Amino acid sequence: FSLLSSCFPRSCTFYLVLCIILFLLAQESWVCVLYFQIHFVLLVSRQGKVRLTKWYSPYTQKERSKVIRELSGVILNRGPKLCNFIEWRGYKVVYKRYASLYFCMCIDEADNELEVLEIIHHYVEILDRYFGSVCELDLIFNFHKAYYILDELLIAGELQESSKKTVARIISAQDQLVEAAKEEASSISNIIAQATK
Amino acid sequence: MASSNSLMDSLFQRSLEDLIKGLRLGESTFISRSLEEIRREIKLTDLSTKSVALQKLSYLAALHGVDMTWAAFHAVEVVSSSRFAHKRIGYHAIAQSFSDQTPVMLLITNQLRKDLNSSNEHEVSLALECLARIGTDDLARDLTSEVFTLLGSSKALVRKKAIGVVLRVFDKYPDAVKVCFKRLVENLESSDPQLLSAVVGVFCELTAKDPRSYLPLAPEFYKILVDSRNNWVLIKVLKIFAKLASIEPRLAKKVADPVCEHMRKQNVGKSLLFECIRTVFSSLSNQEVALKLAVVKIREFLMDDDPNLKYLGLHALSIVAPKHLWAVLENKEAVVKAMSDEDPNVKLEALHLLMAMVNEDNVTEISRILMNYALKSDPLFCNEIIGSILVACSRDSYEIIVDFDWYVSLLGEMARVPHCQRGKEIEHQLIDIGTRVKDAKLELVRVSRALLIDPALLGNQFLHPILSAAAWASGEYVEFSKSPYEIAEALLQPRTCLLPDSIRAIYIYSAFKVLVFSLGAYFSSQEPTSSPLAQESTSSGPSMVNGFTYNSISSLVNMIELGLCSLSGTIDVEVQERAKNVLGFIGMIKHEIAEKATSQNSETEAHRAIAFMEDVFSEELGPVSSTAQEKVPLPEGLDLNENLEGLQEICREVLEPMAESDYSSDKVSFSVAKLRIRDQEEASSSLPPPLESSSLLAEHRKRHGLYYLSSQKSDDHNDRDGNDNNTSNEYPPANEISVDSFKPKKKISKPRPVVVKLDEGDEPKRKPDASSSNDESLSRAIQTALMGKGKGKEKEKEKERVKENHEMNVDTENIEQSSRREKKNKKNGERSGKRSSRRQRGKEASVTKPVEVPDLLL
Repeated sequence: FSLLSSCFPRSCTFYLVLCIILFLLAQESWVCVLYFQIHFVLLVSRQGKVRLTKWYSPYTQKERSKVIRELSGVILNRGPKLCNFIEWRGYKVVYKRYASLYFCMCIDEADNELEVLEIIHHYVEILDRYFGSVCELDLIFNFHKAYYILDELLIAGELQESSKKTVARIISAQDQLVEAAKEEASSISNIIAQATK
Repeated sequence: MASSNSLMDSLFQRSLEDLIKGLRLGESTFISRSLEEIRREIKLTDLSTKSVALQKLSYLAALHGVDMTWAAFHAVEVVSSSRFAHKRIGYHAIAQSFSDQTPVMLLITNQLRKDLNSSNEHEVSLALECLARIGTDDLARDLTSEVFTLLGSSKALVRKKAIGVVLRVFDKYPDAVKVCFKRLVENLESSDPQLLSAVVGVFCELTAKDPRSYLPLAPEFYKILVDSRNNWVLIKVLKIFAKLASIEPRLAKKVADPVCEHMRKQNVGKSLLFECIRTVFSSLSNQEVALKLAVVKIREFLMDDDPNLKYLGLHALSIVAPKHLWAVLENKEAVVKAMSDEDPNVKLEALHLLMAMVNEDNVTEISRILMNYALKSDPLFCNEIIGSILVACSRDSYEIIVDFDWYVSLLGEMARVPHCQRGKEIEHQLIDIGTRVKDAKLELVRVSRALLIDPALLGNQFLHPILSAAAWASGEYVEFSKSPYEIAEALLQPRTCLLPDSIRAIYIYSAFKVLVFSLGAYFSSQEPTSSPLAQESTSSGPSMVNGFTYNSISSLVNMIELGLCSLSGTIDVEVQERAKNVLGFIGMIKHEIAEKATSQNSETEAHRAIAFMEDVFSEELGPVSSTAQEKVPLPEGLDLNENLEGLQEICREVLEPMAESDYSSDKVSFSVAKLRIRDQEEASSSLPPPLESSSLLAEHRKRHGLYYLSSQKSDDHNDRDGNDNNTSNEYPPANEISVDSFKPKKKISKPRPVVVKLDEGDEPKRKPDASSSNDESLSRAIQTALMGKGKGKEKEKEKERVKENHEMNVDTENIEQSSRREKKNKKNGERSGKRSSRRQRGKEASVTKPVEVPDLLL
């Protein structure tokens, strides 16, 4: 009569241990991300072009492109009159379309979806104020600016600044810092200004 | 030459804009060409060129998935520039590309420290943002003192970012709590809304991890809940209370009032309203007033045209459903209406709610509605519906099913839904019901027959598992069948070549069972005394028309022989072997059938063989407990702990099937192999020995009784019932079963048939949650910190409490002492080493003691 371990060939055991280790390794990157309110932010255009990505949880480059592919596939195919939330791998992704751009944020299931929608709207309003009626081209040519603004809005995935004025003030102060030190910056913004006309 | 090259590179460097424009032209090789340029530029000494190259690289990495880990060192170089513009690009690149494994991580500690101490608030904020994103254990440890200083900064911009960073620092380096926690808590009383928002956010995340440690802060949170006007802050505070109230019921009562107030307000933000509702549903559901108000509000959500609100309303209902089903039932119409919503997410939530409402009275009606939806909807949702019906009905050994005939025919209907892809589950349930519910066998055979004789079903590969279950059932319970001939014909119809070989083998085996049964009935019909088993099955099978005539039996045998002839040359060995087995059996029996018709000699060879074969198939199969293996006592001399102890814990599920298959290699394989038929693992068990099998089993049982599962565990009454049910069993089943006592229910005219239940192990055991050591140390540190903090403020109260409760007094004194000691230690710095062991003990004491909620709240 045989029982579990006595009859296990060694090679089998070894294989199992290997499997378990591999499994744990594979899991790790998904398991250890539970600490942040917002896991990542994505901006995707209607044509499926990525315009901005910001990752607050650790994802490898490979996972990042997989996530983008998966999500943009789902979100772009959703009709206009459906709700703005999708359940995805145990998380919720909240998205909203502004003109030709989809703004997506990934949150934990227990988080408040409506609040995240408000955060997205807040971000768009700040962008709007900064660029003066923002359009997709602004974000394409000033993608770094969009990042800096997002950094003022969220830290470690947490909302940290709720006043639009303050964000605008901080960003313009930083811009001045850059321009004071460097002439090139102004010439770049000229080029952008021409390009966006 | 080289220097002139580099000069050219810096002078004519492509800017980010050039890169973006170039990309928009859509040249295929543009990215790789630019990457080459970047690689060259980033190596130059000029920091401006380097930073632009880095910026271009981070653009490509963010939007085009280009790898930028190789540039980690260059990012550190750019950060060390004195210019803000460079720093900004560098920090951005670091935050984007660094992970814990990045080797140059060690190089940025000093740079971060320098920037954290910078007089320029924007540089400090860059460094903080970076730390919040990439902070490792080492970084958190080395920079704790800087973060502590910044927590007290007079500049709001810096301070609120420092608060945000604390989250990461605590996570990575729990000892930082001792240093920073006090300042963090002080910020809870800040009047600046931005600071408050940041600090509440941090506590919200901390509380989500370990609510108990933060109970002492409840009064501060309560104050914010009442006073704050900021929706986002309120949402976070509500989240905190949802966690706290679930572990401290008295808190729920206290919080219910302000929550209701927020809900009653006109023009309250929807996000806040929803958070209130969710808090009430998840943690305050015992507060009647709050719950009723929340249900009223949720109805508004459900009636709203906004699909977001509708979805969230349904979602919130599903939170409250397990505890207060009436809240769902009140909104039943809205839920059913949502089933035909155009949004799949809304439909899914509605489906979950419908399934939550299912009980034994309405299961028929709800299933009927759902099946209608399943027929109409897209494949994805259709399978979602079928899956949830299957799960709901099979819960707790089919607890809610009263009429098994109905359920079995429902399973049959599901198989005919065009998009059905849940074959595996349906297969499992068909077999499961066959083994557990005696009274359902007749209907099971009827449904199986209908599935088997339909040649159209054979073409759908998703239905193959169901067909295999149907084939097995109609073979195993052939005595309930009206026409064995018809079944054998269906089992051997030409289109079965579409089936995979493993299922084909089951078909053949079932045909064999039908054959044996028919022959048994044929032989015994003329001498009723010779085989008591065959006689029993003839009389007990209610649908049995009567015996077989010579003509009918020989046509059956011929048909089977004809059907199997072509299979004896199949490539698949399993199919081939079974076909040959049956053909061999037919060959042995065939000429005696003819003799039988003429002579009346009862003791022919064939007769004996058939009696034995019937014996082989006669034992009833019961369900097998998933923990059956564990009940086997350990034989002497077997050391299970050797090497594999840890492994067994981790992968019980993986090991079990392997352990089971080891059974079959043993001598007991007879009984076990039969049990395993229901798992379609017949593949490994060859035909059981026809001769003396039963007596062998009995003998084995006598000799190795130790290895058989005892049936004494279940109480005697039930056990006897169980055995009475299985009258055809000569021996008690090898696996331990007990029958749940039959309780007649009031409104039901038809009694619910007996369902065989296993004592335990129907559900796989759950592994205990292993919380990471890091979490523990964090919560321990926080509890210690809170004890220290509460000391000064509540000294008076503490003394009052001393009189009331002497025992507790001892504890708190201990903790006070330990925290006092800690403070000294902090002052003394280096000298703390020798006392650390005692401090450790003090901390331990604080963990074991339940955290007190200050009186002023309760």
